[in-house]
Amino acid sequence: MNKIKILTNGIIKENPIFVLLLGMCPTLGTTSSAVNGMGMGLATTFVLVCSNMAISALKNLIPDQVRIPGYIVVIATFVTAVQMCMEAFIPALYASLGLFIPLIVVNCIVLGRAEAFAAKNGIVSSLFDGLGIGLGFTLALTLLGTVRELLGTGKFFGFSILPEEYGALIFVLAPGAFIVLGFLIALVNKLRKA
Amino acid sequence: MEKLKSSLPNMLLSLTVICMSAGAILAGVNRYTSEPIAWSKAAALEAAIKQVTPDFDNNPIRDAYKAVTSDGDSLLIYPAVKDGKQVGVAVDSNTKNGFNGEIKIIVGFDAEGILVNYAVLQHAETPGLGAKMQEWFRTEKNNQSVIGKSLAQKSLSVTKDGGDIDAITASTITSRAFLHAINRAYSACKGTAPDSATGATRSTDKKKGESHE
Amino acid sequence: MEYVLIFIAAVFVNNIVLSQFLGICPFLGVSKKIETAAGMGAAVTFVLTISTIVTFLVQKYVLDAFGLGFMQTITFILIIAALVQMVEIILKKVSPALYQALGVFLPLITTNCCILGVAILVIQKEYNLLETVVFAASTAIGFALALIIFAGVREQLAMTRVPKGMQGTPIALITAGLLAMAFMGFSGIV
Repeated sequence: MNKIKILTNGIIKENPIFVLLLGMCPTLGTTSSAVNGMGMGLATTFVLVCSNMAISALKNLIPDQVRIPGYIVVIATFVTAVQMCMEAFIPALYASLGLFIPLIVVNCIVLGRAEAFAAKNGIVSSLFDGLGIGLGFTLALTLLGTVRELLGTGKFFGFSILPEEYGALIFVLAPGAFIVLGFLIALVNKLRKA
Repeated sequence: MEKLKSSLPNMLLSLTVICMSAGAILAGVNRYTSEPIAWSKAAALEAAIKQVTPDFDNNPIRDAYKAVTSDGDSLLIYPAVKDGKQVGVAVDSNTKNGFNGEIKIIVGFDAEGILVNYAVLQHAETPGLGAKMQEWFRTEKNNQSVIGKSLAQKSLSVTKDGGDIDAITASTITSRAFLHAINRAYSACKGTAPDSATGATRSTDKKKGESHE
Repeated sequence: MEYVLIFIAAVFVNNIVLSQFLGICPFLGVSKKIETAAGMGAAVTFVLTISTIVTFLVQKYVLDAFGLGFMQTITFILIIAALVQMVEIILKKVSPALYQALGVFLPLITTNCCILGVAILVIQKEYNLLETVVFAASTAIGFALALIIFAGVREQLAMTRVPKGMQGTPIALITAGLLAMAFMGFSGIV
């Protein structure tokens, strides 16, 4: 499989949110605005790329029976590193994503890719797989964040498009997250079949 | 390279090495980022203090002290001093009465006890409703603004409770909590302020403060 | 009184699934039948309470004591993974009946983010040990409650005619949205 194919596979064909339905917690929890969704997506992408490469490099050094704890430690290391860098250099985003940054550790996507792809493939392929899946995740989160922000507050990436009175607040709150994601997945299902 | 067999020594060795290197990497990152983290926190606090107090030339964070509020809690006070004279204080106040738990604010008063400005440091209020407090209470519209109010005569409360501040539309609980935090801040800085002229109002403050509980 | 408030807040007002968005995967994954939902709820309640107590003690007496705060995430996730394994082994030996009921759910729990989430939350909220126990147990009860209610709704849903594109996950998510709306009614009571 060539690299471009691996990359687009993650973005479109195996999009983690719309197709594989993995990693729902950060998807719903951090997309109250487009910028937050994108920040969360990029942080996860970084962790995915790093952990995929590291695990691909270490795969022969980790005995099979303890591979899951081994992978989890590798992933948790990168997550903590991202967490500390974010707190240091972009504190505003860190404050709004909050608890969901350490929770990247238990995001099924990251461990899933480690197990399903990185443990079987070379470092460069794993890099592209991490990047593809990560970008697919980021794309989905940004899309969800954009829709919720626009419907809820009438803003697009923080710029007012509609007067605030036209926003239906419910879309920024918890129920809106479920409902918008439900409709987006239905839409994607429809488009995929067509 | 051959894949390591799942024998006990191999497993232990491999996990130990991974954990040790993970620890070492994180210790390195921690050392590298701890300074920027501390710095950005201090900068945010300093910016908030600057925003809510009159001009000062001391270092309020270094001169900070604790003061007791009328309800027995204690709050951190950052004094603002210019040319050796105290021109105001910034009070790090909080309340647990918010719609979704704790609200942390920083409130500035000048030497006469007039509210200069405030900044919301941390909250979990509903976006689009209670979260509006960040701008609402300093917007000059009807009786929304708390800027320039004096708390010496009576503590602040919303119009629904007989006060003279307009609550945020559909967010009375947040508004009450917010004013509660401000009243607490005032009671703390009055309890310790050297100004004796307003000291006489302390007892009335106390009563009002409690009526908000 | 304070403990009652923590309980009500964790079960209803800040329900872990419907307003904090933690533990969505099992919420959507094992909610097709009420019995499995109840089993999962019980397993989570069990593990969540124990693991939160352990991580709390480790944070207080190991991480804080040695200034190792930056190792929090790694330590917690390893503790949770190890604990889940241990619970599984012990249950198998001590109570085969309980193991029969909860066993299949246990491996899934390690990657349930509400376990790690609650472990970190109690540290952030600076709870003491007793508050931690109450918070962890009531959060888990809230999780079980949401899961069982949702399973009940989905059992009914399976018998209704749903537009083709909306079948499966989309309609489940929209149902969850409506449930979340209902739970919003609890906000403000604490």
